Amino acid sequence: MNSRMPPWAAKALVAVSLTASLANTAWAGGSISAQRQQELLYLLQQDCGSCHGLTLKGGLGSPLLPINLADKPDAALVEVIMQGLPGTPMPPWRFLLEEKEAAWLVRALKTGQTMKVSP
Amino acid sequence: MVGTRSENRPDDEGIAMKFSKLIAFALLIMPVLAAAEARAQAGPATIRGTGDLGLVIERASGSLQVIETSQRTALGRVEGLGDLSHASAVYSRDGRYAYIFGRDGGLSKVDLLARRLVKRVVQSGNSIGGAISQDGRLVAVSNYKPGGVKVFDAGSLDLVANIPAQASDGSGLSKVVGLADAPGQRFVFSLYDAGEIWVADFSDPADYKLRKYPNIGELPYDGLITDDGRYYIAGLFGEDGMAMLDLWRPELGVRRILDGYGRGEEKLPVYKMPHLEGWARAGEVIFLPAVGRHEVLIVEPGSWREVGRIPVHGQPIFAVARPDGRQVWVNFAHPRNDTVQVIDVPSMKIVHEFKPGKAVLHLEFTPRGEQVWISVRDADRVDVYDTESFQRLTTMPAKKPSGIFLTARANRIGL
Repeated sequence: MNSRMPPWAAKALVAVSLTASLANTAWAGGSISAQRQQELLYLLQQDCGSCHGLTLKGGLGSPLLPINLADKPDAALVEVIMQGLPGTPMPPWRFLLEEKEAAWLVRALKTGQTMKVSP
Repeated sequence: MVGTRSENRPDDEGIAMKFSKLIAFALLIMPVLAAAEARAQAGPATIRGTGDLGLVIERASGSLQVIETSQRTALGRVEGLGDLSHASAVYSRDGRYAYIFGRDGGLSKVDLLARRLVKRVVQSGNSIGGAISQDGRLVAVSNYKPGGVKVFDAGSLDLVANIPAQASDGSGLSKVVGLADAPGQRFVFSLYDAGEIWVADFSDPADYKLRKYPNIGELPYDGLITDDGRYYIAGLFGEDGMAMLDLWRPELGVRRILDGYGRGEEKLPVYKMPHLEGWARAGEVIFLPAVGRHEVLIVEPGSWREVGRIPVHGQPIFAVARPDGRQVWVNFAHPRNDTVQVIDVPSMKIVHEFKPGKAVLHLEFTPRGEQVWISVRDADRVDVYDTESFQRLTTMPAKKPSGIFLTARANRIGL
């Protein structure tokens, strides 16, 4: 574990990992096909990456690493993805993504699964 | 060094023996290394110019390919350039060296002739672009984190100046975008969070002068400079218009142009920011990508009035003029990024449309415009088209290609 991570974040991460393993079926994709999961990760890296960085360390948009998201509720993050953030360049993705796909992306981001995509 | 780190993990008794072998090996190949270094410094075996060279950024693998446009081939790959998402490049005035600006704050100097990385400095945590000075001696990089501009010696990449982008209202450091070079050894750039344009005069690098223009509008997201070096224009994401500074008459300050071009209508969701560097002056007018609209705006320079708009396939990202100004080629934002349209300038009509493949990220014309090179990211391909017949001339593999930069940029203001 990252030694510079503040204790609250570490706790949150552990909590997240636990939740993730408990909800393993949901995390494993549920009704989202394996192919679609790859597409979502590709979208995240290449297209979200235009603003948030290929490695998600941030750019014009905020960094999206697990440590940056740990204290933010899933529902709020899904809302941001689907509705966008008015007054900023973050667009609403509801025209291109389903809510369950946004939820899946949030889980992937929070657990750091995003880096597993093969470029 | 010679060996790899992992190959030598001997137990205690073996150490002395292996170490002496290593030394012997190093002594043995030293002359070979020296000869290779001498060759690299002397340049390639065949003497050639640089005018038909260029590079293709491979964004996901931290590499680039050196290409040439006479035979239309790839000459080789240079690796180890870091995170190249949104990477861009400028050239030394002799067209031999490219300066690559990476997202991870890396500034890399690449020798196109020897096809090797000369030097790389990681100069910030997060950067977005750069420019080279009029005299070719200074390279400036605009940074998101920490927000500001750093200026380097183009030869050594030693730091010459650090300009933190401290907002005039005291709200802190701002991300910097739209960095361009201007005549008079100047760099012009925009402060994204603070809504300001700054002009840095590096006539005397040891004592550079800053002129700041606050309150230019909300969220400038990119900037361009006209090819005569006179006008600097910042696109505003937070407002329905653009901010313009006349560098021949800086005392007039920054003026708003194209105010209300969106006619107050709600923008479409913008899945990718337009790039103004690909702006196009063609004939008597300038073509600009509209933000959040399926339109290219036609603007008259000088008066900066809108004289028309052309409906296009999607939200334009680049609207680039063929060097003779007869055509403007346009690519589009996600999810309509598989298409390219060609506008015929005299008639202002779209005369050609084609689909090179998913994620067309960039287009670059050869200096006289007979070919255009197109990167098709998701197909891992760079395609070359004839701009008169629209026939594909060739295609070559590239790993997630994005920006294509030809050495002709070395001789153009603002590129």
